Amino acid sequence: MPRRNDIKSILVLGSGPIVIGQACEFDYSGTQACRVLRSEGYRVILANSNPATIMTDPDFADRTYIEPLTPDFIEKIIEREKPDAVLPTLGGQTALNLAMELFARGKVGVPGTPELIGANAEAIATAEDRGKFKEAMIEIGLSVPRSGIAHTLPEAQKIVKEIGLPVIIRPAYILGGRGTGIAHTPEEFKAVVSNGLAASPISEVLIETSIVGWKEYELEVMRDRNDNCVIICSIENVDAMGVHTGDSITVAPAMTLSDVEYQKMRDAAFACIRRVGVETGGSNVQFAVNPTTGEQVVIEMNPRVSRSSALASKATGFPIAKIAAKLAVGYTLDEISNDITKKTPASFEPTIDYVVVKIPRWAFEKFPGTSGVLGTQMQSVGEAMAIGRTFTESLQKALRSLEIGRFGLNCDPGEENYLALSDEELLNKIAIPTPERIFQIGECLRRKISIEIVAEYCKFDPWFLDQMLTIVEEREFLAEREMGSLTKLEWLRAKRMGFADAQLAWLWKKSEADVRASRLALGVRPTYKAVDTCSAEFSAQTPYHYSTYEDESEIHASTKESVIILGSGPNRIGQGIEFDYCCVHASFALRDAGFETIMLNCNPETVSTDYDTSDKLFFEPLTLEDVLNVIEAETVSSGVKPKVIVGLGGQTPLKLAGRIPADLIAGTNSQSIDIAEDREKWSALCEANSIAQPPGGTARNIDQAVEIANKIGYPVLVRPSYVLGGRAMQIVHDEAQLKRAMQEMDQAGSLGREGGLSAERPVLVDRFLEDAIEVDVDAIRDASSEVLIGGVMEHVEQAGVHSGDSACTIPPVTLSAKIIDEIENTVKKIANALNVIGLINVQFAVTGSTVYVIEANPRASRTVPFVAKATGVQLVKVASRVMLGATLAQLRQEGLLPDRVPGGHVSVKEAVLPFNRFAEVDTALGPEMRSTGEVMGIDDSFARAFAKAQFAAGTTLPESGLVFVSLNDRDKEGGIEVVKGLTSLGLQIAATSGTAKYLTENGCVVTRVVSKFSERKADDKNFDDAVKLIEAGEIVLVINTPRGHGTRSDGEAIRKAANNCRVSVVTTLSAARAAVQGMIEQRNRPFAVKSLQEFHAR
Amino acid sequence: MTRNIRPALLVLQDGSVFEGEAIGANSSEISAPVIARGEVVFHTGLSGYQEILTDPSYAGQIITFTTPHIGNYGTSAADSESSKIFARGVIVRELARRRSNWRSDDSLDSFLKRHDISGIAGIDTRRLTRVLRDSGAMPGAFGTASESELRQAAAKEKGTAGRNLIAQVTTTKSYVHGAGKFKVVAFDFGIKTTILNCLAEFATVHVVPASTSAAEVMALSPDGIFLSNGPGDPEMVHGAPATIRELFGTGVPMFGICLGHQLMALALGGKTFKLPFGHHGANHPVRNLATKSVEITSQNHNFCVDADSLAGKAEVTHVNLNDNTNEGMRVLGANAFSVQYHPEAGPGPHDSRYLFGEFVSRMEAK
Repeated sequence: MPRRNDIKSILVLGSGPIVIGQACEFDYSGTQACRVLRSEGYRVILANSNPATIMTDPDFADRTYIEPLTPDFIEKIIEREKPDAVLPTLGGQTALNLAMELFARGKVGVPGTPELIGANAEAIATAEDRGKFKEAMIEIGLSVPRSGIAHTLPEAQKIVKEIGLPVIIRPAYILGGRGTGIAHTPEEFKAVVSNGLAASPISEVLIETSIVGWKEYELEVMRDRNDNCVIICSIENVDAMGVHTGDSITVAPAMTLSDVEYQKMRDAAFACIRRVGVETGGSNVQFAVNPTTGEQVVIEMNPRVSRSSALASKATGFPIAKIAAKLAVGYTLDEISNDITKKTPASFEPTIDYVVVKIPRWAFEKFPGTSGVLGTQMQSVGEAMAIGRTFTESLQKALRSLEIGRFGLNCDPGEENYLALSDEELLNKIAIPTPERIFQIGECLRRKISIEIVAEYCKFDPWFLDQMLTIVEEREFLAEREMGSLTKLEWLRAKRMGFADAQLAWLWKKSEADVRASRLALGVRPTYKAVDTCSAEFSAQTPYHYSTYEDESEIHASTKESVIILGSGPNRIGQGIEFDYCCVHASFALRDAGFETIMLNCNPETVSTDYDTSDKLFFEPLTLEDVLNVIEAETVSSGVKPKVIVGLGGQTPLKLAGRIPADLIAGTNSQSIDIAEDREKWSALCEANSIAQPPGGTARNIDQAVEIANKIGYPVLVRPSYVLGGRAMQIVHDEAQLKRAMQEMDQAGSLGREGGLSAERPVLVDRFLEDAIEVDVDAIRDASSEVLIGGVMEHVEQAGVHSGDSACTIPPVTLSAKIIDEIENTVKKIANALNVIGLINVQFAVTGSTVYVIEANPRASRTVPFVAKATGVQLVKVASRVMLGATLAQLRQEGLLPDRVPGGHVSVKEAVLPFNRFAEVDTALGPEMRSTGEVMGIDDSFARAFAKAQFAAGTTLPESGLVFVSLNDRDKEGGIEVVKGLTSLGLQIAATSGTAKYLTENGCVVTRVVSKFSERKADDKNFDDAVKLIEAGEIVLVINTPRGHGTRSDGEAIRKAANNCRVSVVTTLSAARAAVQGMIEQRNRPFAVKSLQEFHAR
Repeated sequence: MTRNIRPALLVLQDGSVFEGEAIGANSSEISAPVIARGEVVFHTGLSGYQEILTDPSYAGQIITFTTPHIGNYGTSAADSESSKIFARGVIVRELARRRSNWRSDDSLDSFLKRHDISGIAGIDTRRLTRVLRDSGAMPGAFGTASESELRQAAAKEKGTAGRNLIAQVTTTKSYVHGAGKFKVVAFDFGIKTTILNCLAEFATVHVVPASTSAAEVMALSPDGIFLSNGPGDPEMVHGAPATIRELFGTGVPMFGICLGHQLMALALGGKTFKLPFGHHGANHPVRNLATKSVEITSQNHNFCVDADSLAGKAEVTHVNLNDNTNEGMRVLGANAFSVQYHPEAGPGPHDSRYLFGEFVSRMEAK
């Protein structure tokens, strides 16, 4: 069946900001979809609020709307663009939910409105509604766990009486398992059900028999209009049922299923997709298998491209999203060719001759108070994938890809972390899933605890444990050898099990360089195999490679000057999609300029690891050894040394810069990078160039830090070197706090354990500038010393809130021209002093008329994509050319560097925080970054753009109801205007007596005065406090500015309650002011939508 | 710590050498040096190694598994496609030392030993596959013998072209399998258990030796006749095409799979030819020309029917979408149809099981 000609234009729904459970995999899928649909000649309209995505580059759609992904805004886009169809299956749960809401409003999927392609409303409802899904599965004869649906707690209690505890509770219409939990006791049951009902937008939960401990599998299915179905990939979870699949270590293909069982599962997956009625595209079906009886049950099905689809695409080379988009517009699988072989059709099932392991990466260290225990609700913020010929090789590669200070399963300093534990303690630990469990299991095996016993505690399949045991045994074998005595075969055996040079160096007490030299002397080097979808049955055209230690390498010589771009590794807080955007842009720009581009990365969610983003793709860990290996292999195969870009992938490649041969580094050299990163050297540079820094000094130990703090006075900010996302950065108010903060850098502290340069280098202790306005600048300097200011961003939140967590605006709204001038000149001075070639980001704090420099990063920053979207200048494309020798003047001539688009609009970036995943955490913002993603609002005034950004971030700005206001003394005066604004909008105010008194005295109307939470009396039923009001659902918005110092119990309790009850909280006065202004402007003139192409029109 | 590894080599007829270690039969340190030889082919399936090893169609061949981990889920008596291993040897990247699956009753290593089949592990099977893909399936030898001995053995080994291997695999005596409603006479050219089980769902299957005559078949008054899969070069299976030609005239519905398909084509006067490296896998897309739909099929054949040679004699019903080779036909003027691939699966996908249904319909229609 050919392409549909009855459709001319298609609205593609994106997935919005990066949140836990929904990361850049949907940029990958959406980007593929937009590309494909455009090349098929459709008019593509894209809606996505996330400026850090590749898909929102104006080049990828005919109309790009960076607007909030809410039904109201999408309706406006539909009214304006009148698309023939809406594609909701490539933008994650967000897009699917949006489609359902629009369908309910009668705006899509009904006659006279755009058609829903990919999956229709009926299919989405069948898959997403737990009850309907279960019924459908039973109807076609598939087994499902015993269960019942409840909408209230009493209903739930009736069900559990029938099926018995333990049970698992899953809310309907949620993503990443939010609100899901397991209950073993009636008390747990009550708590999890209440939580689940709150998490479900339709207050519905499924309660089912717990199958915790069963084996878990996923199949990625594709179906076309002719009802052809294929399985792209099977995935087996190493963690048994009970850990969300997004938080599980997973392996592809399935390792422990016989063909008989696998085919049964395959048949069930097809029956499932057919019954649910996903007409075209990709779906994922999850199964649980009883390890002792083989009983198979269907757990759930996603009627859309998912995180697992991205993994399956990267694991097999089969581009699921691209094909799904083609299927959605009418093609059938046999009409599409397999990009990788070019000769065979897409209607086949990939087969692979390697093993893929994915391991999630968590960020619990940033959320003190969380238990760190994994469960049915996803908590990881990113993942690393590794490819090896065997499970052992792949597992150890994946572990070192995580960048958590570990080089493999053991055989590194981290293996000593568990020495103090008794066997019993260790076994009890592995019964509880945590990020560290895999290493703890490794330690159990080292202690020769039998696989049977270990399996009993951790529920891993014995096959996986035996594989891990071979690593342990190899470690013991190697420990008895010396570096010089190893034969080539013995070397190969170790490397084939994934042992890194760094592990062997630790074991043999040698330097990593010595191990490398000794290995190379025997000719032990990796070979690079190809990912080709077909296990070499056909010759592959696509150079997608992974390393392993085998006989034969398959890389082709580069024919042009080549550039290796080092990616940013697994997503983490502070380093995510923005850096992937940068790497991808560099690859595109350099490819266009005639370079051969080579991408090196290990994050399966990204666009950068798409096989056609670059000329070559190496799916490899970003460690020194792996990077040097690729450089060497490229040099040998092409006879020419490649250039290496370290400045675009965030801190990960930057940390390697000093150890990569200096002549290969493209752009700013490693000495300059070190000066900027090392707090001591940086301060010296500022001093030498008369650049004002906040008073302070660098410290290498606690005593020095205390001395500096005593000299400059508290509060002070503690800033470690070589960190990202404000890792371990703190504002401290007294000596005790300072000492605690400094301990973080120790061996035992969380930062010390992450190891690396941060732990070795000095810490900056400087005066915390209260009330200062923070400013971020992104700029490019070329070899002719010309500096281009990309954008000056004024932060909405005052100093003390990490730049990644604070909203910012382009252009600045309160800074004078003179200050901006001074800022720009200082940027130029710093860029010149550091001899930057490429991008630099400088952060400032402005107090009154004084401009202080806080720090400079001679690399791409998190804000670069936002700046590009706000100004219409593709900063990274320009910078990557500059790094390879072009001057800005040349690029202007080429047309790559146009002038900024004329003003008239304001762009606001807002951070999106993952607090809804971490109920125990205080939501007040601070110097350690905790946001996972960002959104952008763009409109003709600051207030309107800010309000749009709030909507996009999921903050509700209500039109009526009771707002709880509690302000610290510093903010009380400014609060008057905010409260008056709210009252004028028709909202009512509740406040604690202190705030209420102040507000009333200043002409505000406070309708409800409540007591402090800390004065709460448990037995007093009439006692009114904010927490009680919030929990009773009486509060529509909370404005709570935390006190900088001292007890925080009240504010913290209020913020936590609001977080748990999904009431939006504004924690800074400046944000409150902007929000109120936005609400007022909205009332005066309703919001309209406008595409980026229109904003960028010159 | 010491290791018990017995180094072994694989040598192909073109002189390529691969280093590995001995597994399966004769792999212990005290075993005398051995040589296994045969035609080296590769199979790309991700699971189903036991079914493949016990498939009689692999007689004369050494099987390379492109999937690196083999043996993970052990072996199970229920999964054998015949009573023994007909393949000459097995080549893997990594043999599981521990099996894990509730169905398993033995490890693959011990299964190989029980069937006296040697193997070689630790091989860069991807490199090997690329050699076979580019040069075609090739005779080779592996084992713990010296490189020069292996080289000689590889040089002497003949491929499967021009060889009749049926005598090695067919039953010597007729027997009955199942107790279904229809009576089906099945020619055993190396029949797989899964085929027998599929047929037994609706038939009482009289399995007869490959050399059974048409008259002997008709004496059983069958409702249907089945031509099984089997190893080797179809052109060397003398006698069978003539018998099949005779049976066309009886009007009894006839269904052929794999070698059965090739023999039916030869009976019609069609031709077969050897594919460069054959089709051995569980992911081959085949188009059903009648419905236009695509089936993912299990395949195992080195020889192929020349579709052009069928003109006027049979209607092509199925085509392989990877290389457009013939995958199925319906005989004109006779109640017979056949496919090149394996609708019974074992191992592989079940997409094409409907063909057994078609066989039933034809028998019902009679």
